Amino acid sequence: MRYLPLTPAERSEMLGVIGAATVDDLFVDVPAAARLSAPIAGLPMHASEMAVERHMAALSAKNLSAGAVPFFLGAGAYRHHVPASVDHLIQRGEFLTAYTPYQPEIAQGTLQMLFEFQTQVARLFGTEIANASMYDGSTACWEAVAMAGRVTRRKRAVLCSGLHPHYVATVRTMAKFTGDTIEASAPRLEAEPDTAGVIAAIDDQTSCVVVQYPDILGRVTDLAAIAEAAHAKGALLVAVVTEPVALGLIEAPGALGADIVVGEGQSLGVGLQFGGPYLGLFGCSEKFVRQMPGRLCGETVDAEGKRGYVLTLSTREQHIRREKATSNICTNAGLCALAFSIHMTLLGGTGLDRLARLNHARAQATAERLARVPSVAVLNSAYVNEFTVVLPQDAREVVRALADRQVLGGVSLGRLYPDAPDLANGLLVCASEMTSDEDIEALAVALEGVLA
Amino acid sequence: MSAVNAAGWRPEMGSAAAGSAETTSGDKALMLEEALIFELREPGTCGVDIDAADRGPVAGLARFLRKAPAALPGLSEPETVRHYTRLSRQNYAIDLGPFPLGSCTMKHNPRLNEKVARMPGFADVHPLAPQQSARGALEVINQLAFWLIELTGMHGVAMSPKAGAHGELCGVLCIKAALEARGENRTVMLVPESAHGTNPATAAFAGFSIESIPATADGRVDLAALTARLGPDVAGVMITNPNTCGLFEREMKTISDAVHAAGGYVYCDGANFNAIVGKVRPGDLGIDAMHINLHKTFSTPHGGGGPGSGPVVLSKALSPFGPLPYTARMPDGTVRLIEEEDGAAEHPQSFGRMAAFHGQMGMFTRALAYILSHGADGLARVAEDAVLNANYVLRSLEGELEAPFAGSGPCMHEALFSDAGLAEGFTTLDIAKGLIDEGFHPMTVYFPLVVHGAMLVEPTETESKAGLDRFIGSLRSLARRAKQGDEGLKSAPHFAPRRRLDETQAARKPVLVWKGDAAA
Repeated sequence: MRYLPLTPAERSEMLGVIGAATVDDLFVDVPAAARLSAPIAGLPMHASEMAVERHMAALSAKNLSAGAVPFFLGAGAYRHHVPASVDHLIQRGEFLTAYTPYQPEIAQGTLQMLFEFQTQVARLFGTEIANASMYDGSTACWEAVAMAGRVTRRKRAVLCSGLHPHYVATVRTMAKFTGDTIEASAPRLEAEPDTAGVIAAIDDQTSCVVVQYPDILGRVTDLAAIAEAAHAKGALLVAVVTEPVALGLIEAPGALGADIVVGEGQSLGVGLQFGGPYLGLFGCSEKFVRQMPGRLCGETVDAEGKRGYVLTLSTREQHIRREKATSNICTNAGLCALAFSIHMTLLGGTGLDRLARLNHARAQATAERLARVPSVAVLNSAYVNEFTVVLPQDAREVVRALADRQVLGGVSLGRLYPDAPDLANGLLVCASEMTSDEDIEALAVALEGVLA
Repeated sequence: MSAVNAAGWRPEMGSAAAGSAETTSGDKALMLEEALIFELREPGTCGVDIDAADRGPVAGLARFLRKAPAALPGLSEPETVRHYTRLSRQNYAIDLGPFPLGSCTMKHNPRLNEKVARMPGFADVHPLAPQQSARGALEVINQLAFWLIELTGMHGVAMSPKAGAHGELCGVLCIKAALEARGENRTVMLVPESAHGTNPATAAFAGFSIESIPATADGRVDLAALTARLGPDVAGVMITNPNTCGLFEREMKTISDAVHAAGGYVYCDGANFNAIVGKVRPGDLGIDAMHINLHKTFSTPHGGGGPGSGPVVLSKALSPFGPLPYTARMPDGTVRLIEEEDGAAEHPQSFGRMAAFHGQMGMFTRALAYILSHGADGLARVAEDAVLNANYVLRSLEGELEAPFAGSGPCMHEALFSDAGLAEGFTTLDIAKGLIDEGFHPMTVYFPLVVHGAMLVEPTETESKAGLDRFIGSLRSLARRAKQGDEGLKSAPHFAPRRRLDETQAARKPVLVWKGDAAA
């Protein structure tokens, strides 16, 4: 077998050193009744690299990849052009096949990258500090709610109606087991987010207000107004960014008063990958550092005074604190953080600004064309690269009919909110720098055909 | 500097051999220092060609616009490639040599897995694409789920947990939901003292109080202490098997039966499943839930600390409570994704969603490629060679290093040593740092906690005998140096890109972001 270097002669020789007659003698502690004497029945035997590649290629071919057709999906996962150097660099074995940098003297590559990543995320979010990444945006969102509870010693979180429903569901699941109270509702199909409603929901028992920015319908919320209201009641503002490219165009949440900013970093460098692995981003004020979840990389010096980096403040973490840890998290999303960081290093703040403006322009072109499709209306007054259109019928059926015409036309609100019939006609449409004029025309024509 | 190289110094000898020789650049031949990106360029530059937007922002966006771009430099492609390539050379990796971290399972990462994960039908598919356009992706999830169920002898599997600790949480939440469904409020989770730190952290997060169960003198769970503690307040037990001492819990089935008889559930930490895959099915030992680290047993890359992937196999008793979404094979043979829309009808007792979307697809494709490559026969051989390699290390070194449980029989996939017998003032850490100078990544140190100065060596099945012999030779010589009190060892590593780093300073005054451009 190509992944196993030992030869039969070496196995015999090693058994001799050990003093065992057979390999099965090494499994003597397994009760005989539970020991398998032959390969598990009904499962295939080993296969060559060529055979496995063929099997997987056949499965891959059964999917309609985003690049093959006009494509307009977003809703928490975004398709952007990733420069070729990003994927090349993350496949260097020294990054790909390294472990968590527990031995910093021989892990400075990963550690310096994480320090740069933390700085990039903090500057993108407008927060003082950031951690070395988390599983994804939804779990980072829960961790922010939990951290706000630790900071304020309150257990009632208000989630804005524009928060991604998967994020709401994740927070609700976790809260069920910690006893936090979660206030959340589905959004209404209105041009502006319900800022007044969010503010009215904040009381003096509220630990945090969680606001997605831009929200699930692509609308942009006045974070500064909510921050002021939250702080007046002693609550924290948690901003959630599912599309970091948007922050090339709209103000950083930290600059508008958000105390904690979390996000999904997938759209830079990582790729769609049918949902994972993705990249949780987490930034906050420096005063909360000891309440933060997740790994942190910090600067220090070595015995000769040379600058170097280590994982730090691990007294918050499970391997030291066990049941008193701030979180049970044991990994970050190291390789995805690297991809994000490389992409961000290529772009810089200037490139992100240009990219966001181009995304916004393509979205405008899409919105203008769709608005000319009979009985289709664009909902948003403001958006960056994603907006909602209201169709004359259930958007779930429309999405399926568009896919039959080889157009991936958007995400139906009915799929995201199966219990909210008044949202059923809503369709989320996302454009990016990848969206061509031909793609836009193909979507519009296909939509006209489906709705005719 | 003299033109005559009297000492015969060559770059591979490192800085110590070069004596006081310093260079103008700070680099030394192939030992390259690298500045931070923020020091390489100032903000205002960009390394990507991006078309100018053909129009300005919509009117409604005017009040939200960013005042200035984020203060981040953009490096050109050549600068970027060089920056990260130079950084990469300061990392040790499994591609460079053995990475014998006990319990972490650093095995070879096959490149076929990388190729497969990048196929456009997997890498470039949106998680919310209509199911009709993602049949192959759903098929991958379902095929991997099938293998995991068959290999573990369990009833069902939750695929969405994003890492091992997330999987633990999933399993514990299933237990909590099952107890609630029974109308019982059991508040105590029993955790052996040899457990991974994630176990008590997870159970505490889910609202259980933790009670520790001691280990016996031979490194296993104290069955008598455990059964004595069982009762109507005990929700269950979290056991690692094989355990973190590298030993199989011989009484696992007895423990499971006792826990079940007392109304509790058995969680198994599957971090060490690689030792028994194809040889033992946890389902046959009475396990109710077990996470599987795809990045350990099934060779997906660790990537410098993630991403992981932690599917959880579940018993018949716990399966009804697993998370949404999941895949199900329909009577017509196709695979369907069951989400919230159908969840109420198809999976009404689910405890809910653990994360957005459906799990670590990029890890599923890699793990499936690995599993198909080995097949049922090859996976059993994986466990056999992993255990053979670990026992070879154990028996080759037990004369040099104290091996506290070696007398009780063979180990499983990892060999455990203690610091007993080292010279006064010499520690496990010194041996670990000495291994760095020898060109190896150290083993896991100071874990498990039940052994003083623990050194936990997990070679994995992908090390050759010649590679193991080199590692054993280095560790043997380091053990002797530590026993003889060789002072040079106290200051190791000497040849790494950095000497020992001041972790105390890092924690006392944390510097977590670069502030080199801040006004003084």
